[in-house]
Amino acid sequence: MDSAAVEPSLYTVKAVFILDNDGNRLLSKYYDPELYPSMKEQKNFETNIFNKTHKADNEISFLEGMTIVYKSSIDLFFYVVGSAQENELMLMAVLNCLFESLSQMLRKNVEKRTLLDNMDGVFLVVDEIIDGGVILESDPQQVIEKVNYRCVSEQAYGFVLFDYITGNTEDQGEKRQLL
Amino acid sequence: MIKKFDKKDEESGSGSNPFQHLEKSAVLQEARIFNETPINPRRCLHILTKIIYLLNQGEHFGTTEATEAFFAMTRLFQSNDQTLRRMCYLTIKEMANISEDVIIVTSSLTKDMTGKEDVYRGPAIRALCRITDTTMLQAIERYMKQAIVDKVPSVSSSALVSSLHMVKMSFDVVKRWVNEAQEAASSDNIMVQYHALGLLYHLRKNDRLAVTKMLNKFTKSGLKSPFAYCMMIRIASKLLEETEGGHDSPLFDFIESCLRNKHEMVVYEAASAIVHMPNCTARELAPAVSVLQLFCSSPKAALRYAAVRTLNKVAMKHPSAVTACNLDLENLITDSNRSIATLAITTLLKTGSESSVDRLMKQISSFVSEISDEFKVVVVQAISALCQKYPRKHSVMMNFLSNMLRDDGGFEYKRAIVDCIISIIEENPESKETGLAHLCEFIEDCEHTVLATKILHLLGKEGPRTPTPSKYIRFIFNRVVLESEAVRAAAVSALAKFGAQNDDLLPSVLVLMKRCMMDSDDEVRDRATFYMNVLQQKQKALNAAYIFNGLSVSVPGLEKSLHQYTLEPSEKPFDMKTVPLATAPITEQKTEIAPVATSKLPEKLAPCRQDIYQEQLAAIPEFQALGPLFKSSEPVQLTEAETEYVVRCIKHAFTNHMIFQFDCTNTLNDQLLQRVLVQMEPSEAYEVLNYVPAPSLPYSQPGSCYSLVRLPEDDPTAVSCTFSCTMKYLVRDCDPNTGEPDDDGYDDEYVLEDLEVTVADHIQKVLKPNFGAAWDEIGDDNEKEETFALATVRTLDEAVNNIISFLGMQPCERSDKVPENKNSHVLFLAGVFRGGHDVLVRARLALADGVTMQVTVRSTDENVVDVILASVG
Repeated sequence: MDSAAVEPSLYTVKAVFILDNDGNRLLSKYYDPELYPSMKEQKNFETNIFNKTHKADNEISFLEGMTIVYKSSIDLFFYVVGSAQENELMLMAVLNCLFESLSQMLRKNVEKRTLLDNMDGVFLVVDEIIDGGVILESDPQQVIEKVNYRCVSEQAYGFVLFDYITGNTEDQGEKRQLL
Repeated sequence: MIKKFDKKDEESGSGSNPFQHLEKSAVLQEARIFNETPINPRRCLHILTKIIYLLNQGEHFGTTEATEAFFAMTRLFQSNDQTLRRMCYLTIKEMANISEDVIIVTSSLTKDMTGKEDVYRGPAIRALCRITDTTMLQAIERYMKQAIVDKVPSVSSSALVSSLHMVKMSFDVVKRWVNEAQEAASSDNIMVQYHALGLLYHLRKNDRLAVTKMLNKFTKSGLKSPFAYCMMIRIASKLLEETEGGHDSPLFDFIESCLRNKHEMVVYEAASAIVHMPNCTARELAPAVSVLQLFCSSPKAALRYAAVRTLNKVAMKHPSAVTACNLDLENLITDSNRSIATLAITTLLKTGSESSVDRLMKQISSFVSEISDEFKVVVVQAISALCQKYPRKHSVMMNFLSNMLRDDGGFEYKRAIVDCIISIIEENPESKETGLAHLCEFIEDCEHTVLATKILHLLGKEGPRTPTPSKYIRFIFNRVVLESEAVRAAAVSALAKFGAQNDDLLPSVLVLMKRCMMDSDDEVRDRATFYMNVLQQKQKALNAAYIFNGLSVSVPGLEKSLHQYTLEPSEKPFDMKTVPLATAPITEQKTEIAPVATSKLPEKLAPCRQDIYQEQLAAIPEFQALGPLFKSSEPVQLTEAETEYVVRCIKHAFTNHMIFQFDCTNTLNDQLLQRVLVQMEPSEAYEVLNYVPAPSLPYSQPGSCYSLVRLPEDDPTAVSCTFSCTMKYLVRDCDPNTGEPDDDGYDDEYVLEDLEVTVADHIQKVLKPNFGAAWDEIGDDNEKEETFALATVRTLDEAVNNIISFLGMQPCERSDKVPENKNSHVLFLAGVFRGGHDVLVRARLALADGVTMQVTVRSTDENVVDVILASVG
């Protein structure tokens, strides 16, 4: 915590993960191979952080020598982890971008069920925001454009059923426009 | 379409998480549909998602099954579904390290990366670089160069970031892309700019001139990206630190100008950089502190946290600079984020004036029960530091601590409080009684054995010397009745100390002891019986030796000696004096409470040092008949730090001999030294018996040679001596690169600084917890007294430190601390002289023009008394 200068580097994010309201991992990426190399250590770390953060929505905390920024939404918890020397606001920028992108992609239904139904999109969004620990994009609008993902949501079932009845299984492109 | 309903079924079966009960084998089975024609994008997409999800959950994939799935997946490149393709890239990246032959997809990825679909290009570059090695990188070098300067930002960014990842592996190849990166740096897109800057810096960071040029260029042209600004600030402050440039340099001006940037992120980065600069003056700090002060009232928790954490750091070095923010910090004490609140409080405790302490403590106590144990420990540590700063505030602190002690909390937390109270008691004699009372109350209901025994030990030490010792007896005896074995045993020991010190309490203590002799536990009974018998003798000497001041030997040393004794049975009884003494008296080490983690290490290491030397020396045949090692000194440097050969000496004292261990290091890489020894010319009647040379001393590998010296037997008072030392050796020149020496060499020598042996080398520090009792125990048979005038010394503190370091003895009863505003002081020192003779020194000091000192020495051996007095004079 006291080491004076920060080595100039683009590797800002040490880890990012999404947990449900029981602390179970839904998605997690560790970018620093030296930080918690084994799965057991990672899950331990996640459990620790979850226990310390899920009660109060405090946005930022300092645990196990790491700066952690976090945000919750209904039954989901989003975490971005950086080193103790890292600029907290940069980490916040990543967290906000992640949350805003997902919120747009999932049409504001940022809750576990919708998230899991669109898990492929979630993986792609995280991939567009951080690449190997480097912040790749921080603007949610850009992320959404790049991912270009169509959300599977409750309204979609109507169309799917309609397609099924009418035997229209081929024309994916048109459905995308409808959605 | 069928898939949609499959999925629905699954979901209804497994609650809210459709992935909850995924079986790896089932998923891999499903992956066979990748081979079906035509490809069903939605089902394949779902299966790929499942595979990635499983990998993410930490499911282990064997190489064969991973490779199989990977190869099946490559077929999906035939589909043109966008999301499916993107998921393929992800799978490639996830599996790059598990599957074999991942390079099979190189051509598909290269096609996507150079293709018309912009959506694919960026991600394809990133996936490709994950599976590329140095040799293959050259094959795609052309495409990478083009991609870096591509006008589509996502492509350019992807290429730059991937290049950055590749720098670690193939620096030489990536280095050739500097020009492209340079061009990308002037892009309009903020992320491209940031990534290009990062790559450029990584490629050039070993060339300071190039970095400086780059900085100059960008500071002039200006950047758009706040991320890039943060990066620039970090580069600039690193340069400043390396060049140790003055703060009037353009780099500093740049950082300072960033304090006025419109992005908070950049402003904070600049403020933090200024705060972290070494030797920053208060004037330079001021603008940084004032922006941090503004951040303190931000609605964003992260910003408040960042600001207060940085201010906390400023407060460590420049508390006065932060005083201006005190008002803002006090608002943060009630912050709903407890990390912020705790940081604010600890900062305030550092900067606040004595008058604000009361108010602050009140505020803390209002919320201390809400925060987690970790932060409570931080608060206790801050209080402890504060007590040392403002000793007069001890009553407020004590009250506060006792309240905290009553609240619930874990072991670490309670221990921090107990340690803090104990240190207050030791610092402030006035607070002793209240402190002890709080601790007594605490052990009435204490679940931690370690803390209970620690407090009982303290009660035994301090209690008998308070005005009313009788009131502690009840608390101690309650422990005997109610607690576990370890606590009962500690309570018995504490009781014995009361009985030994206070004659009027002795009868009652004896009654209690008798009851303890019925205890169900062996240790408790043994202690009670032992103390009972000692106390009944009513002899001060016995009390002092067996109750107040316990054994001062090192425990591992005792164990080793006893083991040795049982191996070689002899008629002689075991002699305690042959056991090496404990080098580091553990109990009085922590005069200040260090952070928990660091304080443990030295305690563990210290006793080992001498044991290590003992073993090293015992392994040398020449030194076997010398008996046990008595004391090893700290290393003394015999050369300057930056000379051709670096030599330091450790003095090992034995009963009648000394061994000088010379640790030599050869810092010349074109020389090999052989048969190295240090020749010593004593100034007194010391006799050099033997040299053990170091056979060979290659470049930068330390080696040791030894000299054995016999101490003069006829004159026991000759304890100090000066040796002139010369290092002699055979030099063989050698090739600096290979280390291969020439065949023949020549003798050479190197004059070292003189080595002094002083009285301190013959005395081992021993802590007597009860100095008075030990003083009486030795008696005045060999007492001598003399008065000296120390003309050169100006303060009592200085005098005390000089005496301690000169005699090398252990200060007892905390007499090494001179109370403020006093002009007289009494220093108690205890030690054991070579050969196992106890020595006690009482020095009365009075401050007039210089310092006048009356020294009284007592010892079990008359010669020792003379030695000490002679050496002081």
